[in-house]
Order: sequence, then C-alpha cells, then structure tokens
Amino acid sequence: MNILKLRKAEELIFRIIMFLATTVIILALCMIIYSILHKGLPSVSWSMISQLPKGGFYFGKEGGILNAILGSVYLASGATLLAFVLGLPVSLYINIHLHKRKKLVNGIRFMLDVMWGIPSIVYGAFGFSVMLFFGMRSSLLAGMLTVTLFILPIMIRAIDEIVKTVPSGLLEATLSLGSTKSETAYRVYFRQCISGITTALLLSFGRAIGDAASVLFTTGYTDNLPTSLAKPTATLPLAIFFQLSSPIEEVKARAYASAVILTVIILIISIISRITSRKYQKNKIK
Amino acid sequence: MALQVFHRTRILRSRIHSSWMTFALVFSLLLPVILGIGLYLKSASLLQEYSIWEILFSSKWKPLSGQFGMLPFIISSLWVTMIALLVAGPVCLLSAIHLTQYAKPIVLRIMHPVIDILAGIPSVIYGVWGVLVIVPFTADVIGPIFHKSITGYSILSGGIVLAVMIIPFILNILIEVFRTIPEELTEVTLSLGATRWMVVKHVLIKKAFPGIVSAFSLGLSRAFGETIAVLMVVGNVTHIPTGALQPGYPLPALIANNYGEMLSVPMYDSALMLAAFVLLVIVIMFNIVSRWMIHRLEKNI
Amino acid sequence: MSEHVKISVEDLNLYIGKQHILKDINTRIPENQITVILGPSGCGKTTLLKSMNRLTDLYSNVKVDGKILIDNEDILHTDTDITTIRKRMGLLSQRPYPLPMNIFNNVAYGLRISGRKNKAVLRKRVQHYLELVNLWEEVKDRLHDPASSLSIGQQQRLCLARGLSVDPDIILADEPTSALDPISSEVIERKFVDLKSQYTVVVVTHSLQQAKRIADYAIFMYLGEIIEQGPAADFFSNPTEELTRSYIKGLFN
Repeated sequence: MNILKLRKAEELIFRIIMFLATTVIILALCMIIYSILHKGLPSVSWSMISQLPKGGFYFGKEGGILNAILGSVYLASGATLLAFVLGLPVSLYINIHLHKRKKLVNGIRFMLDVMWGIPSIVYGAFGFSVMLFFGMRSSLLAGMLTVTLFILPIMIRAIDEIVKTVPSGLLEATLSLGSTKSETAYRVYFRQCISGITTALLLSFGRAIGDAASVLFTTGYTDNLPTSLAKPTATLPLAIFFQLSSPIEEVKARAYASAVILTVIILIISIISRITSRKYQKNKIK
Repeated sequence: MALQVFHRTRILRSRIHSSWMTFALVFSLLLPVILGIGLYLKSASLLQEYSIWEILFSSKWKPLSGQFGMLPFIISSLWVTMIALLVAGPVCLLSAIHLTQYAKPIVLRIMHPVIDILAGIPSVIYGVWGVLVIVPFTADVIGPIFHKSITGYSILSGGIVLAVMIIPFILNILIEVFRTIPEELTEVTLSLGATRWMVVKHVLIKKAFPGIVSAFSLGLSRAFGETIAVLMVVGNVTHIPTGALQPGYPLPALIANNYGEMLSVPMYDSALMLAAFVLLVIVIMFNIVSRWMIHRLEKNI
Repeated sequence: MSEHVKISVEDLNLYIGKQHILKDINTRIPENQITVILGPSGCGKTTLLKSMNRLTDLYSNVKVDGKILIDNEDILHTDTDITTIRKRMGLLSQRPYPLPMNIFNNVAYGLRISGRKNKAVLRKRVQHYLELVNLWEEVKDRLHDPASSLSIGQQQRLCLARGLSVDPDIILADEPTSALDPISSEVIERKFVDLKSQYTVVVVTHSLQQAKRIADYAIFMYLGEIIEQGPAADFFSNPTEELTRSYIKGLFN
C-alpha cells in the first residue's frame, strides 16, 4: 500500500514540475515581449519612424530610424523574392518530377535540413569573402544575396512540407489531361498550395528581416536612405546592435525603438501566417 | 499550323522550366560545398603557416604578432553551449512529456504559437532582452549568492539567453519524437495496470531515447553557431574561462566582432575565415549525425 | 470478334520491386464499347488501367515488360511525347480530383493547354462539355465558384467533362462511382452508355451489379492474372472458369 502511495506522490510531483516547465516557457516569451515593449514603446513616436538619424547614428541625439526600417524592408523583400525564384522550383521539382525517386528525394530533404542548421554568421563570412573577391564594397546587393543563400533552405523546406501533402491523384488527373510536368507544377500545384506558399514566404521574410550576423559583414551601415543596390544600407538588427552600445541615452532610445518595430513585425508575420494557413483554402481539395 | 507551333513552344517552355528547376536544385544542394570551399580557400594561407591543431589547441591569440591560437574561443563556446543545454534540455524534456502525455489539447493549441514566436524572434532581440533582464539579474542576484561583484556580462548570461533561444527548436523536435511512439504501446502498458507516469518512465523515455539525444544535439549545434545575442551579453574577453560567472568570448562572437579591423592585419582575415570554416564543419557534422538518428528512429517505429 | 480493336495488351508483366503485380496479361479491348475490368481488390485491375496511359511511370521500382498497343502504336516503346498519348485518354479516378480553380477553368484548363485561347470558343466548348455530363444546368450561374464547392457527385461529373474536353478517344475510369451516392452513380453510368458511340470506355469496378448493367465486354482478374474474358452476355450467363462462376455468384469479393 505504501508503495502505491509513493508512486502516486512521485507522479504528482513530476506532473507539477512538468507543468511548471511549460509555464516557464510561456512566461519567458511574455517576459521577452514585455521587456522589449516596456523599454522601447516610450521611444516610439512618429518622428522616430519618419526621420533619418541626425548627426551620425552613433553620436547624434536627434532623428529617427527610417533608414533602418526602409533598408530592412528592401533587403528582406529582395532576398525573399530571390529565394522564392530559386526555392519554389526546387520544391515543385522534387515533388513532381522526382515523384518516383522517393529515396533520392528523402536524401535531398535530409541535406536541406542539415543546411537549415548552418549558422548565419557562416553565410555572412562567406558572403564577405566573395564580396572582397569580386572587389565589391558592402552594399544592399551584397547583403541581399547573402541573406538569400541563408533563407534558401528554409524557403525550400517550408514550401516542400506543403507541396508533399498534395494527393498523387491530382498529379495523375492533371497528367492525364496531357499536361507536362512543369505545367502541372506551376498551374496546378502552385494554386493548390498557395496558402502554404504564402506562409513560407512570410516565414522566410521574417528570417531575412531579423538576422544580423549575415548582414553585419555585407550590407554595412549608413545614415542615409537606401537609394541604390550598390550602396551600403542600414538595417533594423544592426540599428539595434550598433546603437545599443552607445553611451548616449538618445541613441540607445533609437535602438530600443528599433527593437520594438522589429518585434512587432515578427509578431504580425506570425499572426498573419496563422490566419493565411486557415484562409485561402476554398480552392483546395481535401 | 498554328496549333503545332503552339504545341512546340509549349514543350519548349516545359523544357526550359525543367532546366531551371534542375539548376536551382543542384545549386541549392551544392551550397554547403560552395560555402566550405570558399571559406577553406580563404583560410588556406594561415594553414600554410601553422597546422590546424596548433591553431585549435593554442591559447595564444595575438593577431598583431601573428599568433592565432583559438583555444580561448573554443572553450568559451563549449561553456556557453553546455550551460544553454543544461538549462534548456530538462525544461524541454519535461514540457514535451507534459504536452504530449498529460496536457489538454487546448494547452497544445496555446503552445504552438508560443513555440513559433519564440523561434521567430530575431537573435538581436534576444540580445536586447539579455542586456535588459538577464545581465542585471546575473549581476544583482546570482553574483551576490557567490559573494562576487560582477558586471553580469558573463558566460552564464550568454548561456541563459541561448537556452531560451534553443528551447523552441528542441521542444519542437521532442514533441515530434514523442508523437512517433505509437499510442498502442502506451495503451498496452497502461492496461497492464501501470500508471501514466510509469509508462513515461519505463517505456516512452526508453523508446524515444535516441530521439531525445538527437534533439539535444541539434539544440547544441544551434547554440554553437548563435552569434549576435551571445555577443551582446557574454563580455567578450579573450581568456580561457574557468567559471560561469566570468566573461567569455565564443567563436561566432570572435568572427562578428573583428570583421572591421581584420583587413589591416596580415592573416587576420584568414584566421577569422578559418574560425567560420571550423564552425561550419562542426555544425554540419552535428546536424548530420543527429538528423540521421531521428530519421532512423522514425523509420524503426 | 468482328469489332475493331482499340487497345491491345500483349504479354504484359509488371513488377513493383520483387512483387509480380501483373502476370502475362493479354487482352484486346474493342472500340466503341464498354469494357469492364472486374475482380476483388488487390487483383491488379487498377494497375492494369493505369499502365494504359503510363501513369505507372510515376511510381518507384516499377518494371514493365510487354506491349500495350493503342491503334497499333506501342505506347510503352515509342518516341511519341507522353503528353500526346495521355491526352488521348481521359482518366476518371476513384474520387474526384478537381483542379484548384473555379468550375469554368477546370474544364477550360485542358482546352487551354491544347492551344485554344479564344474566349468565345472556350466558353462554347466549356458549355458543351458541361452539358454533355448533365452539369450545365446546375452550375451555369456559378461558373466562377471554386470547383471544390460542388458536391462529390457533381465534382466527379466535372472531372468527366474535364477529361472529355481534351478530345480523347478513350475513357479510363477507375472505380469512378465508388465514392458517390447512388443517384450520381447512376448519372455517371448512364453517361458511359451514352458516350460509347464516340468513345472507347474502360471501367474498373468491383461492383458486379454495375458491371452487369453497363458491360459489353468483361475481363475478370484474380491475383494479377486474367482468369476469363469475353463479351458480356456470354461472360455473365455462361462463365467457363470455376473462379469466375463463384465470383459472379458473389461467393467472394
């Protein structure tokens, strides 16, 4: 009888600890968001997001972070677009053209998963050395290309996860109409997976806009708006990173404001992608 | 005839698409190889002067006098990643068991976005959080416990921040792993009169053990390559740390911190690219082994 | 047999890995008739059907020997583009797979990839094929709704219209009514009977009743082999093989 009680007590204790573990994770997220908003919201104002830094981003006490906001949006949009142009065909190809080569496709997926694990600093270092090799200076373009490489495996696998759920009956039906595999890919599978592809795009965009280590080497930093692909560009992560280490409070405030904006962008992305994966399903067969 | 032309252009278009698809696939798969070769070539000039072992196991880092011993950075990296795993591992394991075995579906529905958002928050934001919360916490709460006066910029702070960052990765994989264990197995054991907890202890953990190890090692390799967040809270002092409350200087932070000045010092850039190369190789190896183990687990069950 | 032979299968063997799925299949499918392939599930009838338009290409480890002649052209060994071959055969699968588009475009898709782009022509053709499957009246006011909003029975008829739109001369149907309600099933069956004057129809089914209702020519398969085949009248009234007899009596399924 005693043993039974002991067992019950043991289970109870562990259940409490396990419950606490889950709670701690939720609390950690709340704490992160709270501390960023608490510190940063007072600094967010219209002039903060609509002005360029004045007197240099590291010393000037005036001005805002428009340069970083626009720079990040340009950079992330460009990289997402490039990664999409490269990534979508790969996802479709391995599911349609390589439909019968199951083992090969699993090998490819395995490789892509491994690549997903490569840290962004490695892409950054690589991008930097390639840039030097071609005699390029740090620029929006160099950063965009580096980030493209970094998000490519993420993009491919995210789309692939959606495409691989399409029933092969649809492939058979489309091919029976005399479609080529490429037509099947772009005209039918693409539509069928449109909501999932949107989510994959958002996910990749979020990675692209948030990563600092890959752009640290390659985009440089500037007080100006991005006007050309060949010029250095400010980005939000670096706006936070550089300005946070400043001794001047007004400059730090710009870092905190940037942190709020970046966090809000990420939150919005994750909300939208939750919604899109539910909506846009009306043309989808189940 | 117009239709024939149409048909021919259609086939041609399909061929072009297929070629582009094949190119994109080959390019994507070669990416790690290209990365490896690029970084290796850049670090070759340093490797001509010193052997790789000399560099990895020497503790003398004096770029100005041509000494590039990376041991302090490697040891620092090991410290922060180990602390991160020690914190994140148990939390994730307990939470994953809770979520898959005990929790009501509603809890899982709450946790999915929580995990997503945690995984989506950029590294630099974790860094800001670390500076705002964890660093003062280490300085004001942990320090006094050990009767030390510290700034808080330390290996411990880096480890804690990293721990939170890798929680979503490990937790996600663990949930997947526990889901691959068939429900029947649990039911059979339950019907023998075991309690839920005994099932977890005697069946689930044992069955999932390779998966748990893989999840942890994936988390470890993720932590190993993390740059900006750690860099912001770890202190960045070049020495071989002997305690968690000391500052450290992990490998990725070394690369990130020195890109500006490295061009003027001979072979400095080679050394940093070698560091990136080492990082790449270690992370890829960790990933291959642990993903392979998970793959095997899923196949066997 | 006096009729013209549309599809002729000669010594067809098909393996998936080491499994021998189709064994020495020989059959001659008559033109402008309904041929029914019968048999218990797992006997290889669907595989036989899919090898006729080479959908078996899609699956790994498949090895095919022998010949499948369509109008005397061996489609297993030919230089003709596979899409051209497939276009000659409309496929109707077990459950409907409408394309992820609206109702109109589901039928127009096949026309477009065959090079018909003129809007007025498209509209006319789409209406024609929808009428052909008795769907036009039901959907003419909602042509721009997604195809997935139709009922399963309507979807299956839509798929039939889509298959007909590329102007095939053969219709391959793989248990086309097994997911449908009785009324929709009947519509599909009646359609087959109407269509056989212009098309060669091959239907795989495990419903004996259905086979009796529509078949002109019947093939009975068991464990990858053709046990018996012949004109429907003889086949059902006077089967020669013991296995066929017990199957027709409903002794096994």
